[in-house]
Amino acid sequence: MNIKKKDTLEIKDLHANIGDLKILNGINLTIKSGEIHAIMGPNGSGKSTLCNVLMGHPKYEVTKGSAKFNGKEILDLEPNERAHLGLFLGFQHPLEVSGVSTGTFLRLAKNLKLKANGETKQISPMEFMPILKQTMGLLKMDEKFITRSVNEGFSGGEKKRAEIVQMAILEPKIAMLDEIDSGLDIDALKIVAEGINETFKKTGLGVLLITHYQRLLNYITPDFVHVMAKGKIIKSGDKKLAKELEKNGYEEILKKVK
Amino acid sequence: MAVPKSTQKLIKNTLDDYKFGFKTKNTAVFKTPQGGLTREIVEAISSRKKEPKWMLDYRLKALEIFEKKAMPKWGGDLSGINFEKIHYYLQPQDKPKTDWNDVPKDIKDTFEKLGIPEAERKFLAGTGAQFESEMVYHSLQKELTKKGVVFESTDVALQKYPEIFKEYFGKVIPAHDNKFSALNSAVWSGGSFIYVPKGVHIELPLQAYFRINAENMGQFERTLIIADEGSSVHYVEGCTAPTYSTDSLHSAVVEIIVKKGARVQYTTIQNWSTNVYNLVTKRAFAYRDAEMFWLDCNLGSKLTMKYPAIFLMEPGARGEVQSLAFANSNQHQDAGAKIVHNASNTTSKIVAKSISKGAGRSTYRGLLKVSKGAKNIKSHVSCDALLLDGASRSDTYPTMKIEESEVAIAHEATVSKIGEEQLFYLMSRGLTEEEAASSIVNGFAKPIIKQLPMEYALELNRLLELEMTGSVG
Repeated sequence: MNIKKKDTLEIKDLHANIGDLKILNGINLTIKSGEIHAIMGPNGSGKSTLCNVLMGHPKYEVTKGSAKFNGKEILDLEPNERAHLGLFLGFQHPLEVSGVSTGTFLRLAKNLKLKANGETKQISPMEFMPILKQTMGLLKMDEKFITRSVNEGFSGGEKKRAEIVQMAILEPKIAMLDEIDSGLDIDALKIVAEGINETFKKTGLGVLLITHYQRLLNYITPDFVHVMAKGKIIKSGDKKLAKELEKNGYEEILKKVK
Repeated sequence: MAVPKSTQKLIKNTLDDYKFGFKTKNTAVFKTPQGGLTREIVEAISSRKKEPKWMLDYRLKALEIFEKKAMPKWGGDLSGINFEKIHYYLQPQDKPKTDWNDVPKDIKDTFEKLGIPEAERKFLAGTGAQFESEMVYHSLQKELTKKGVVFESTDVALQKYPEIFKEYFGKVIPAHDNKFSALNSAVWSGGSFIYVPKGVHIELPLQAYFRINAENMGQFERTLIIADEGSSVHYVEGCTAPTYSTDSLHSAVVEIIVKKGARVQYTTIQNWSTNVYNLVTKRAFAYRDAEMFWLDCNLGSKLTMKYPAIFLMEPGARGEVQSLAFANSNQHQDAGAKIVHNASNTTSKIVAKSISKGAGRSTYRGLLKVSKGAKNIKSHVSCDALLLDGASRSDTYPTMKIEESEVAIAHEATVSKIGEEQLFYLMSRGLTEEEAASSIVNGFAKPIIKQLPMEYALELNRLLELEMTGSVG
């Protein structure tokens, strides 16, 4: 585990709209490397929006607040600039890119990141292949996926595993994983969780898990659990909070807040 | 969904991106005057070339047809063509050379800049280079000459091989086929003539490069390829021109005969400047168990109207057309394919891909015909269009004329728009918006590009990148 100074993503009073619709209504959250946060909450509470806004999706308009990565404001940066600083978003629905092979694409992304961070050395295909193969092995993905187009024709589970492969290769400092557990059967869930845990152990990154279900947290132990509703974090706690939610549902907590 | 903000960035004036727009100072040995096409001009061309009487008669008859035929009302907008302004014939040097050292320096420099002699040394079995109306250079590997392969300028072939020339010339595409085949038949000059003897396989490609240099130029090359029984050849053509504020016209006719068991691949990498009207008629006849493959890549020009055709004449013949069109700002690519199944047990495949950017327009126009009596036909047609922004346009006009029932025909068409979500996904991995759009475009074009020999695939990838980035490489 990396014991260097911690990377910090500090979100303060973040408000965001899509069109005229307010979705985020003042999010306050600080995520540091070496921490695992889980955000839970009912549908439509703004969990996915938070990830997308932090990554820079053009569809959303930030109306107030700030998000600083190691003290630097990121909300006015392009998504690629945020990626190069060390942010990563694992998509709920990863997109297909026809004709672009997974291997070629990941090496390009890796080299662009190295270059953006002032590295003069680029990784050759010869150097890259063993790393990629090993990572895919960890996620129990067949090597044939290396030459297949990015996500094209992948099953739901394969897409999610491929997202974790991308994360492990790109070695972000803070990774946001948006419903990485949705659509996974129990075996695939274990594999994905193991991939996240391994990357966490190896790189000491900070993780923000977005999930509906407690079951993911049986395999990945969060340091912090947050409940989100109506664009706000209404309660924070440790992993016990997740168990509580599983037992009582969201209703009770929502009532208390009101 | 909103139009990606990439749109504003990607819509750029492409004239600046075109790296082949340089002009060469060249004094023509002979050129026909402006003021419209006349009988005198046709006679002057024929006499200058010292042609046999039958060819002059053929030309004059074609001129009559050209004058009678109306301009096509379909396809692209042809109203900008000014036939009065065009130079129909321009002879840049006295006769074609077989040694680059004998080619006049200015012309040689032009082709050096375009990388032609280098390509010849590296990976070609034979090379032709046309400048304005004439092939200025032609060469073929000695072993192939010994095997009886003929690769000559079409003008030279008319003089050297009169019998075989007369037997095949104008048989696949008669002068009256359309207005522009008539025009070409009246004023044709240059182009390649290829004869591959029985059983001879030419491993490396033969290439011809067509360069328009002068302003208001009309280039009307004529290509005739005959692949005799059991032979094979791959012919590649490339073309570029300087950028002028006035329009030039390129109107070629390409006729191909693929005999029993032979295979011909004809690859085009067309990259005219955006002031060129590119109106080309291309057609092949494929006989028993023969295979014809058109691989047609169109990037440049103001308007391209081109539909490579294959007539499957005897059982067992197979035809395939794969095409890629890139329509950028102020461009219309009206391209497609035409396949006619005239015999039983014949198969065909069409794969057409188009990319439109910056209000560019692409059209797929195709004909698939199964003639009466042709049974057990298989055909597969797929057209995919990719739009890079909301201002661009794509249309598909697939026509099918099926006169038989024992046919298996599949047709698929897709239109997709580069989406905000797809760009965002790639950008979240660290690609800039341009890199993301470029990746999507290259991925889309890849199934076509991977069919090209490596050197051309690299070149085409580079050209696509230039179209995408708006920077000069």
